Amino acid sequence: MASIIEIKGLTKRYASGFEALKGVDLTIAEGEIFALLGPNGAGKTTMISIVCGIARATGGSVSVAGHDIVRDYRGARTAIGLVPQELSTDQFERVIDTVNFSRGLFGKPRNDAHIEKVLRDLSLWDKRHAKILELSGGMKRRVMIAKALSHEPRVLFLDEPTAGVDVELRRDMWKLIGELRQTGVTIILTTHYIEEAEEMADRVGVINKGELMLVEDKTALMKKLGKKTLTVVLAEPIDAVPADLAEWGVTLGGEGHELDYIFDTQAERTGVSSLLRKLGDLGIGYKDLNTRQSSLEDIFVSLVHQEKAA
Amino acid sequence: MSLQNLRAIASIYAFELHRFRRTLLTGLLVPVITTSLYFVVFGGAIGSRMTEVDGIPYAAFIVPGLIMMAMFTESIFNASFGIYMPKFTGTIYELLSAPVSATETIIAYVGAAATKSLIVGSIIFLTAHLFVDVPVAHPFAMAGFMILIAVSFCLFGFILGIWAQSFEQLQVIPLLLIMPMTFLGGAFYSVKMLAEPWQTITLFNPIVYLISGFRWTFFGKGDVAIGLSLLFVMGILAVCIGVIGWMFRTGYRLKK
Repeated sequence: MASIIEIKGLTKRYASGFEALKGVDLTIAEGEIFALLGPNGAGKTTMISIVCGIARATGGSVSVAGHDIVRDYRGARTAIGLVPQELSTDQFERVIDTVNFSRGLFGKPRNDAHIEKVLRDLSLWDKRHAKILELSGGMKRRVMIAKALSHEPRVLFLDEPTAGVDVELRRDMWKLIGELRQTGVTIILTTHYIEEAEEMADRVGVINKGELMLVEDKTALMKKLGKKTLTVVLAEPIDAVPADLAEWGVTLGGEGHELDYIFDTQAERTGVSSLLRKLGDLGIGYKDLNTRQSSLEDIFVSLVHQEKAA
Repeated sequence: MSLQNLRAIASIYAFELHRFRRTLLTGLLVPVITTSLYFVVFGGAIGSRMTEVDGIPYAAFIVPGLIMMAMFTESIFNASFGIYMPKFTGTIYELLSAPVSATETIIAYVGAAATKSLIVGSIIFLTAHLFVDVPVAHPFAMAGFMILIAVSFCLFGFILGIWAQSFEQLQVIPLLLIMPMTFLGGAFYSVKMLAEPWQTITLFNPIVYLISGFRWTFFGKGDVAIGLSLLFVMGILAVCIGVIGWMFRTGYRLKK
């Protein structure tokens, strides 16, 4: 797939000396959903701000849809729609006016049909004549998305799109993002909700302290770094983990009814069959087995902790 | 300039004027009431004791000064507020991420603010006619001077709006600098009426040259030569354009 964003050696150093980005390299393919994960202050918003023209890079280069963001900023910015983290709206404006304004600001001719479609897709059509201050937080977030989509961007940046919205709206937002992808829009989202990335992203990038720690296909990442937990539901409860099971590092749970064994799915020998054989040798009967794949959140936490330890 | 650029300028311009329409009543009534009060106080109370200044009836003499005073205030307020509010509410992100150049941004914001300022100036001019007969010796020069003043002070206001980091800072320059300089700049009197050394000291106030120049377009005479007045206006314009250019080049208080 052709790339739509190319970031090379991107650095950002503030006057205070703080390095928000330390030479980030990243390529985003056209049409993909890319989730950028990272703790607070990792550099996610700084990176998005530079690509969108809100902040200046100290070094490196960025091109969007083949246009350098500095030398050919018009071409680059025309291709971008941005939904920032903060709910920043003109409170006294009507929904339809502010969305039309955004389209005009990006130099696009008036297109009532497109604006109507965007507002309908976001369930804002009935509220089009309402002043923004009359809307709920979730609706305001939708207005910001409508503004970003008003000029038909090829790339949409969503900086914490579901921060502070209720579960139902979050689900709606995920659905909308899925639909947008169907239209060929490339979506880059930053989020604290790992489940959001897990639900939607094609690829995941983890950034911490201004460094991109990894970029990986989500499924491959989960396979590569993911651990599985085998839970052995015992026929009879036990008081303690037998010493003979020490080499597997199993833990006792479920008030003595369950043994949990964490194993690496990519390892040559997972240790599952040997553990089950050992249980048989020890005369420990079991009535059920189940496994659970570790979530993206587990992977993320583990990566950040590894970094901290280093 | 491409059609895309023109559309962006038109959008910002229309948006800013729309904001003005929301407060149309106060935006128009306030200058009318203020002007009327000035006429009651200065034209009626003081004017009855001081019938002529430099051969011009006092009530008519203060009209150019009143218009200038209102236009200085309106221009600075409208332009500074226009760019400060998006900074304050955070909506500036949209402007910064739009494919719009610094020149286009300035044309749109300053154009809209100057339009509002010119509307207010014209209303005061019309209101003054209700109280006194005001001749205009050079109508085209008067219109041109009004436009130059509106644009110059809107540019100044725009700089102020970018510089300000609080509402207090936004108001400190107009209230503590521009307003006193206008009162001391010959809005209500001729500099020639002052005794030395005040007359010489007053000539260090740039507002004197602006009011004098505008007064010349009405009565064909001013405190200083019209050429000097024009030089000052063009000087202010050039300095403001230079400062704004620098602000956008460096991203001063606009971009992190």
